[in-house]
Amino acid sequence: MHERDETDRRLILATQAGLPLVPRPYDALADRLGIPAAELKARLERMLALGAIRRIGAVPNHYALGYAANGMSVWDVDDHHCDELGIAVGKLDFVTHCYRRPRHLPDWRYNLFAMVHGRSRLEVEAHLGTIRELLGDRCRASDVLYSSAILKKTGLRLSA
Amino acid sequence: MAPDPLLDDVDRRIINALQGGFPIVDEPYRVVAERLGLPEAELLARLGRMLDTKVLTRFGPMYQVERLGGRFVLASMKVPEADFDRVTRIVNSLPEVAHNYRREHDFNMWFVLAAEHPDGIPAAIMAIECATDLPVYAFPKEREYFVEMKLRA
Repeated sequence: MHERDETDRRLILATQAGLPLVPRPYDALADRLGIPAAELKARLERMLALGAIRRIGAVPNHYALGYAANGMSVWDVDDHHCDELGIAVGKLDFVTHCYRRPRHLPDWRYNLFAMVHGRSRLEVEAHLGTIRELLGDRCRASDVLYSSAILKKTGLRLSA
Repeated sequence: MAPDPLLDDVDRRIINALQGGFPIVDEPYRVVAERLGLPEAELLARLGRMLDTKVLTRFGPMYQVERLGGRFVLASMKVPEADFDRVTRIVNSLPEVAHNYRREHDFNMWFVLAAEHPDGIPAAIMAIECATDLPVYAFPKEREYFVEMKLRA
């Protein structure tokens, strides 16, 4: 785990809403935090290298890009094959997230979760067919849960 | 929802080019603008407009909270339809709830709990169960096989 000091924490607080849209954004941030720009850039590089920052860039709203259908596909696969199958499913280009999660028997039997985005439900259904084929008889049951409303979306917020 | 009709080819190129790898250099926008063959001022203006119109939800570093000592947990509830609005209000009122989606299933409410310290997760789950009188099913990830929110514009 990344050892986060107070300066990293202030850097995260200052950037969790976004980078300044000015020609020298890191200088602007460094001024705000009262540290040299070189130190600020080194801290960002370090957090990137450690995986504490996944990436720096734009997060598009997938609805605005036309990805209107978002299906959480869930699969009941043999635990012994789950890692191998999860890695293969995660490599499909229409899968944006893929995880193994616990079952809650008898209410919930699925252990492999793959989020599938498409421009329509028809497109998502076609993608599900591809996953079904890949899993073959190592999958015992599956389901898909389409989202019908975003009830809240704020992302993680550290509190100041 | 239809694709945003105001998104032109230049916007799409910007989105596709900027979903990661934004440089950590003195003038990063100039570097990216040159790569895209655009004036820097136009790149900045277009990013500002796409943030204003919510085509982009954010522009900046994407933090991986677990590498910083925090925790993310997916959770779900089976909420009776007649009670859906009340439960939504309760769940959304917790600051630990980062996103909440309605999904078409018996398990019809799915939310992500995010806490700066791992202890915050069970506390939030207990608070929701007490206030709603419904069980919360936690789905902590046991393995992460792939996470990449890149989508072609």
